[in-house]
Amino acid sequence: MNAGISIENLSKTYGSVQALKHINLDINSGELFGLIGPDGAGKTTLFRLLATLLLPDIGSARMCDIDMVGGYKQIRNLLGYMPGKFSLYQDLSVIENLEFFATVFDTRIEDNMDMIHDIWVQIEPFKDRLAGNLSGGMKQKLALCCALIHQPKVLLLDEPTTGVDAVSRSEFWQMLKSLKSKGITIVVATPYMDEANLCERVALIKDGEILQVNTPQEIVDQFERKLYAIKSNDNYQCLLDLREFEFTNSVFLFGQALHYTDARKEFSLEEVNSYLKSKGHLHLEIEQVKPGIEDCFMALSTKTDGYE
Amino acid sequence: MNRFIGFLKKEFYHIFRDKRSMLILFGMPIVQIMLFGYVINTDLKDVRMAVLDHSKDEYTAEIINKITSSGYFQLSNNLKSIEQVDAIFRKGDVKLILVFEPDFGKKLVKNSKANVQILTDASDPNTANLEVSYLQGILQNYNVEINKDKQLPSSIQANFRMYFNANLESVFMFIPGIMATILMLVSAMMTSISIAREKELGTMEILLVSPLNPLQIILGKVTPYLALSFINALVIVGMGYFVFGVPVLGSFTLLMAESVLFIFLALSIGIFISTVAKSQQVAMMLSMFVLMLPTIILSGFIFPIRNMPVPLQVISYIIPPKYFIVILKNIMLKGVGFEYVWKETLILLAMTFGFIGLSLRKFKIRLQ
Repeated sequence: MNAGISIENLSKTYGSVQALKHINLDINSGELFGLIGPDGAGKTTLFRLLATLLLPDIGSARMCDIDMVGGYKQIRNLLGYMPGKFSLYQDLSVIENLEFFATVFDTRIEDNMDMIHDIWVQIEPFKDRLAGNLSGGMKQKLALCCALIHQPKVLLLDEPTTGVDAVSRSEFWQMLKSLKSKGITIVVATPYMDEANLCERVALIKDGEILQVNTPQEIVDQFERKLYAIKSNDNYQCLLDLREFEFTNSVFLFGQALHYTDARKEFSLEEVNSYLKSKGHLHLEIEQVKPGIEDCFMALSTKTDGYE
Repeated sequence: MNRFIGFLKKEFYHIFRDKRSMLILFGMPIVQIMLFGYVINTDLKDVRMAVLDHSKDEYTAEIINKITSSGYFQLSNNLKSIEQVDAIFRKGDVKLILVFEPDFGKKLVKNSKANVQILTDASDPNTANLEVSYLQGILQNYNVEINKDKQLPSSIQANFRMYFNANLESVFMFIPGIMATILMLVSAMMTSISIAREKELGTMEILLVSPLNPLQIILGKVTPYLALSFINALVIVGMGYFVFGVPVLGSFTLLMAESVLFIFLALSIGIFISTVAKSQQVAMMLSMFVLMLPTIILSGFIFPIRNMPVPLQVISYIIPPKYFIVILKNIMLKGVGFEYVWKETLILLAMTFGFIGLSLRKFKIRLQ
């Protein structure tokens, strides 16, 4: 069965805000697909449209070869959806939540144990605890269990790792990998660029537009300029000074360092160095670094802003 | 069917685990009945009365005796002069003063006419009115008594009897009113809040994405409250009967059937409110202002509709509890059958279908 998603020219407007602008996107059956973008980029809107919770203004989308608008009833049976906000019953225990969602889909927990087993073993020790008293990571695991209880063909996860600690995050992605091996199409939205590398393909989305769809590797490979990490005593002043520099292509504060690209193809690093020295930055560490997804995202999004 | 039972189970978990809803469901009816039954009592009992007797003869003594032995009034002061009246009313204990003119007995015998003056503290006008009419009744009786053997030239004797509530007990009027209020509140407010809660917490999103259809969701939400409201109706009628002696003269089955109909109506209003309200707060406010106040004030529960200004009277026609209270009073106090309440029943039925239709149309299968 084709469990792919194809989106054509999808637009959605809330009042005067255009949340999605003519989105075209194809997600293959059985793919682990990432939707990467900052808050307010339109990820949740796209998910709600795909989950048949919203109607598009124009455009259409098909999931498992069923039209999203006309066939919403069929789609709701094939779909596992985990909203961005924790949406289980906090006053019900873990097992009661799971049982409820099983009965809603007219199935039983035992019949689907093979599907959720790996996740279930982790939350089983807490099965009589109220869902509201679980930790953030546990909540997400329970929500994933509930979304999987009816063996969906497509899984939509809206920011499943937001507000979850690093260990739980990597555990969560491990689970998604093993779910993928069961042939489920998984679409994950996340604001964390580092999670993009864990997806097979990603779409970079900003302000309701898709900047690029590609594998994480190819996105990184496309980065054509040399990227330098510059550390100084006063990163912020250094950032302001570099912005004034005539050959600067882009400069961003990136953790403990500034990520800098030069506007020229050929140039000597010494020139940058001496410019900064002339501005009073005496203790400088400059080294070339490999670009990450975030660098690419920044590069792509400034390009569309027409800001060079 | 399994889905439905699963949904019901979940709803009962919600209700039984939330102390607030438990309190509203089971604490409030009992508290309200107790409050209305015992505290808010408009019946006269032991009203403190003073007497200013300028005559002090056997007739005035007998009249005073008659009045105090009625149980409604209690003699607390004997005044010496009319100047004391103002002061004693200002003190506030004494609500009523009876003034006999000088030579009351003599005049009564000689001129067959004597005057007595009733002074009341009308800072509470309803009670003052009531006191005067009770007192007049007692004096009237006495009048008849002393004229028993005499032939009076053509006089009209008024004999009265209060039907359906011979002792004018206010609890008779409150029980149907409380029943309407509680059922309205529990059914409409609780369902609207519980649906709004799903929206607020985001669980509605998941329910919508599931294969449950709107009817299943609504029925699942409504059924627990139908059951609990029915229990409430039984409790209220039971307490009225056993604690306050409010009779159920008509058919008990008919009474309960009408109650179920009214519960259905309240539930459908609750669902309708929840389709409009996005959060629990809004649902609660809407239920309070749209349902509670009109139920208490405009339904004829406390204030007679006839005395309201015309615009309010018109509004009272669309207040569902008004009809329910009429039905309840008819069945409980007058003991009539369905043939006397079919019109009101029909109106309630029509309203129910109207709200269910509206809610189903307004219930969204999507988020917007």
